[in-house]
Amino acid sequence: MSLTGKTATELLQLQQQGDVTAVELTQAYLDRVQKYDSQVQAYLGVDTAGALQAADEVDRKRKAGESLGLLAGLPIAIKDNLCVKGWNATCSSRMLHNFQSPYNAHVIERLNSEDAILLGRTNLDEFAMGSSCENSAFQKTFNPWNLETAPGGSSGGSAAAVAAEMAVVSLGSDTGGSIRQPASFCGIVGLKPTYGRVSRYGLIAFASSLDQIGPFAHNMTDAALLFQTISGHDGRDSTSVDAPVPDVLSTLEQPLSGLRVGVVPEHFSEGLHTEVADAVRNAIDVYRQLGATITEIELPHTRYGVAAYYVIAPCEASSNLARYDGVHYGHRAENFGNLVEMYEASRGEGFGDEVKRRIMVGTYALSSGYYDAYYLKAMKVRRKIAADYATAFHNVDVILTPTTPTPAFRLGDLVSDPLQMYLNDIYTIGANLAGLPGISLPCGMSSDGLPIGLQLLAPAFEEERLLRAARMFEKETDWHLKRPVLE
Amino acid sequence: MQLSLSDVQKVAKLSRLKLSDEEQARYVDQIGQILNYVELLNEVDTDGIEPMAHAAELTNVFRDDVRKESLERSDALSNAPKSDGKYFLVPQILEGA
Repeated sequence: MSLTGKTATELLQLQQQGDVTAVELTQAYLDRVQKYDSQVQAYLGVDTAGALQAADEVDRKRKAGESLGLLAGLPIAIKDNLCVKGWNATCSSRMLHNFQSPYNAHVIERLNSEDAILLGRTNLDEFAMGSSCENSAFQKTFNPWNLETAPGGSSGGSAAAVAAEMAVVSLGSDTGGSIRQPASFCGIVGLKPTYGRVSRYGLIAFASSLDQIGPFAHNMTDAALLFQTISGHDGRDSTSVDAPVPDVLSTLEQPLSGLRVGVVPEHFSEGLHTEVADAVRNAIDVYRQLGATITEIELPHTRYGVAAYYVIAPCEASSNLARYDGVHYGHRAENFGNLVEMYEASRGEGFGDEVKRRIMVGTYALSSGYYDAYYLKAMKVRRKIAADYATAFHNVDVILTPTTPTPAFRLGDLVSDPLQMYLNDIYTIGANLAGLPGISLPCGMSSDGLPIGLQLLAPAFEEERLLRAARMFEKETDWHLKRPVLE
Repeated sequence: MQLSLSDVQKVAKLSRLKLSDEEQARYVDQIGQILNYVELLNEVDTDGIEPMAHAAELTNVFRDDVRKESLERSDALSNAPKSDGKYFLVPQILEGA
């Protein structure tokens, strides 16, 4: 097997044994990006010189016998809404097309201090708003399993980069499913941690009460490794929670005895693709055979999740994106009259269609006379949704669902129908509204050869349970070993 | 919920977004559809329910009022569309100034 086909754990070991250097490894990934990214278009920018220099430093430290971090020499891709000092951070928006980060995000500091190699910036839906990467102002990204289908979104570039072996692991962000949905479409693992587990310092804000950074990987061990390194308290994000980070790597291989798995019968009714339903039912059987108890649960307010989300997220976005005024950074229009017209022209030119639409929805829902009917109502429904999960977790340890209603859809199919695009998030949104950790892992393939994802949810701060439960399934199956073939 | 063209224009003004005629027409339909869909929320009885603004529901987090390092002025200005090296420059806003 080629170097880029290996897992992070294997690559760490190969380096420790002296079988490969960090520079050789980084070059192998850079070569693969060079060879295949013209087809996949996962990357917006690749930092060849910076990556090789960082790899050289890892090799020097190793040779000198200095201590090395947990991610030493691992080539990692970064969603382009995370600030890396000296790199552009565009959010795939014309608004930020020339923005250069003057500082590092917390997660980037963590990666640097663990000696990771930052390969480059990956494509996303503009400001992380979308489910296909088609809302990027710069390029489409193509699903490596079938280049006519979407990689998912918004973190589609980070998912496609890992699936196509153009990075060993990557970082994304998840506001309504933006890690789990692309992980599902691309046949890899994607973890959204508990809200507050990972500092959002240096993550360009979309909807601050929902956004959370998390890892993509080929398997559970690699996802656990990256999760563990980026988690923990950071005073620069006032919503970062000061709770101990469990040593998820040391317990990952221990199965959970007496595991109680909750399933929601309504999830298998209308709108669910039959092959997805079959794959998820098979996954339930795997857990049953492992001795888990399968319990039917009710989440009666699930069906209101998308509606609550598409009020709350646009409201928060309309407020967060008010900072783009053409004054401090970002695009400024050339032609305008007074100051207000400068704002209007700069924002009208800088933002794309979906971003404008959401700013408009949010502004409308927050405007005088509508606040109670929309925003306040949605926040009340949010509490009922969160309460449903709390009740369910009295009786079960994890909740099992499909990640998405269908396998990857064809590029272009949903572009003109924003509401239909939003309904892609139906299974993932609840975890964001309630602040729960969720993971998507490969659990099957459609007859068209497209990956199918299984989602597991756990109570807040129970990532250790979540990862162990997911690992139990992974150990019994080989879906996570399947890789797309690129010509 | 039927949205009118003037509703869209008003919201665009509040949002500080300059929209083309074509965009305005499209948003009348699309935003109207989205608002119609979220009407679904009215099915839920929320009497006496506290709104949930945040997933973590932390109380205020304070830090000591001490000076810390911050961005250098040159770094803070480095992405400004217009600056004179000391300040962000904006169009004149006071007449006769």
